[in-house]
Amino acid sequence: MGVLGHFIVKRFLFFLFVVWLASTIIFIIPRLSGQDPVKEKLLLEAQRGGAMQTGLDAMAKSYQKRFGLDQPMWVQYTNFLKDLAKLNLGVSIAFFPRTVNDIVFESLMWTLGLMGTVTLLAFVLGTLAGAILGWPRKPGWLQYVFMPLLTLSAIPQYLLAMILIFVVAFKLGWLPLFGGYSPATLPNMSFEFAIDVLRHAILPAFAIIFSAIGFWAIGMRGMMINTQGEDYMIQADAKGLKGSRIFMRYAVRNALLPQVTGLALVLGTIVTGQVLVERVFSYPGIGDILFQAIRLSDFFVIRGIVIVIILGIAGATFLLDVLYPLLDPRIRVRNS
Amino acid sequence: MVQPTIEETRLSTEQAIQTYRADARITDVDALVVENFSVYYETDSGTVKACDDVTFTLKQGERFALVGESGSGKTTLAMGLMRLTRPPGHIAKGSVTLNGRDVTKLSENEMRKTRLSELALVPQGAMNSLNPVMRIERQIVDGFLDHRSEDDKALSKDELKEFVRDLLIRVGLRPGVARLYPHELSGGMKQRVAMAIGISLRPNLIIADEPTSALDVVVQRQIMQTLGRLQEGLDASIMLVGHDMGLVAQFADTIGVMYAGKLVEVGPVEEVFSDPKHPYTKLLIRSLPSLQEKREFLGIPGLPPRLINLPNSCAFADRCPSRFDKCDQSVPQTLNLGGRRETACHLYEGEGQS
Repeated sequence: MGVLGHFIVKRFLFFLFVVWLASTIIFIIPRLSGQDPVKEKLLLEAQRGGAMQTGLDAMAKSYQKRFGLDQPMWVQYTNFLKDLAKLNLGVSIAFFPRTVNDIVFESLMWTLGLMGTVTLLAFVLGTLAGAILGWPRKPGWLQYVFMPLLTLSAIPQYLLAMILIFVVAFKLGWLPLFGGYSPATLPNMSFEFAIDVLRHAILPAFAIIFSAIGFWAIGMRGMMINTQGEDYMIQADAKGLKGSRIFMRYAVRNALLPQVTGLALVLGTIVTGQVLVERVFSYPGIGDILFQAIRLSDFFVIRGIVIVIILGIAGATFLLDVLYPLLDPRIRVRNS
Repeated sequence: MVQPTIEETRLSTEQAIQTYRADARITDVDALVVENFSVYYETDSGTVKACDDVTFTLKQGERFALVGESGSGKTTLAMGLMRLTRPPGHIAKGSVTLNGRDVTKLSENEMRKTRLSELALVPQGAMNSLNPVMRIERQIVDGFLDHRSEDDKALSKDELKEFVRDLLIRVGLRPGVARLYPHELSGGMKQRVAMAIGISLRPNLIIADEPTSALDVVVQRQIMQTLGRLQEGLDASIMLVGHDMGLVAQFADTIGVMYAGKLVEVGPVEEVFSDPKHPYTKLLIRSLPSLQEKREFLGIPGLPPRLINLPNSCAFADRCPSRFDKCDQSVPQTLNLGGRRETACHLYEGEGQS
């Protein structure tokens, strides 16, 4: 095992440490709130059902036993860590008897499908737009096309989402109003279903992409302008290189480095979904589930989602640490 | 008293003049003719004449050194000659004839091809002049690749490797440096790489813009020797931009002194050092420390003027010990004092011809 292997192992141990620390905090915080999720759920059901007010305490006890909430704290904690190691996130209270894994996995697919695609697309388009905007030798008219486009990024996503719903879906009726697929259909692998899913994804995607493009473009433009002042850019010109080579190999290649850091961090957070946008479109993603879980005090689902978020961010950081040296030779691991 | 040996330290100015290179192969062919060349910066508070009406000629094989204090327009002139002036700067007037062609009239693409192949820059502070994310070999090769014409046959990988290897050896680096990144090199090595790039297409004119700033004196000397050797190998001319008079005295054949954007004195190094004409040059040379005699350090009192809205007078008048009425009435014109000696000073109006 060389220096590189050593480095990766070290970064991985750090990754495990971060996950453990964050999970422990997640374990402690709900227990400090003093709420009893089981009892609350039962009370809610009782109110809905009307009559059944007696025997609630007994029922709560039996459910608590079932969820292991009657055990001493340290037993609960060790059980929690054991389950976490097996990536078993427990059972949902609100959607009992579905497991949290099941719920999180299903909504994660929707979120990753939408957010993953949209984030990468916005990164590529935004970075490209920023690179061109920050290039002194661009055609002059580009300024007048890109700049107004970027002002769109100042509109909050949920507002843009509502405008899109109102105009495109409600007034014009071109695209569906809400959901991840038409309510009458069952998810399957057919071509029709795929088209249906795509049609449902277009508006949420646009709502997110517009603001994200501006974010990436403005960052990239700033970096490109910084790069212009570097000595190696003057030297590239003095070497009589072709404009295209200076643009790609000298300017963009160097300006891209902080963008990639940003992308890795954003990719880590896409598992959180876009709570507001998903809510507005009733998109069955993880953000929507998180919203419902909070409303229903479903501690186990909340905890499960937060753990997925932790894994996502810590995982992305770990990957960035391992891959970044490939992009920037100055960060390359050295024998020290 | 133990005298430092030449290898240990730079030569003193006096020694340098004595070791003036007698074997210089200066031909009578004009390599570069600069006439009334002016680079102005347009700012909100007015036009900054950073380089104004500069005229000089560089022969093939000649080493021309441009000296002057910071802000005197040396680098502006050097960048202007390569047409690398960036906005708000622009070339206001004048012509630059390189190998018989006026480069100020070339199209952008022709100018691009002229750079490196005929006119190469060895930049100041090679520290940051290399792309940090590219291996050295790529940075040497890409200039070559972008100057190939379409009917040139493509070189194989091995031939390109050989090309890089040969250049690195010529500048005194081991061939293994090709595979390294800039941050893995020392300052002196980076400067050598910059020279390797500069000579890669065998240019006739090398502009070396303070190639030894930020290097210690021992490395400075080695770098200058290498640069000189390379120039002789190519039979090229060199325009050395710097403010280190000792270095210039050792290296150059001809010296040009800039002050406030103007070339105030031009002449062969040994003549200018032994008999400076312009009062600024006189003070400049007097301010050099000497190894032979012990005396107080002397400076030039005052500061250079701002280059915006210069009045119709000599820019050096306020600091000049020989100031007289005429200095405040008109801008001195460049006078030829015989041979290759020129100066722009009212004191000599009786002797020279403009």
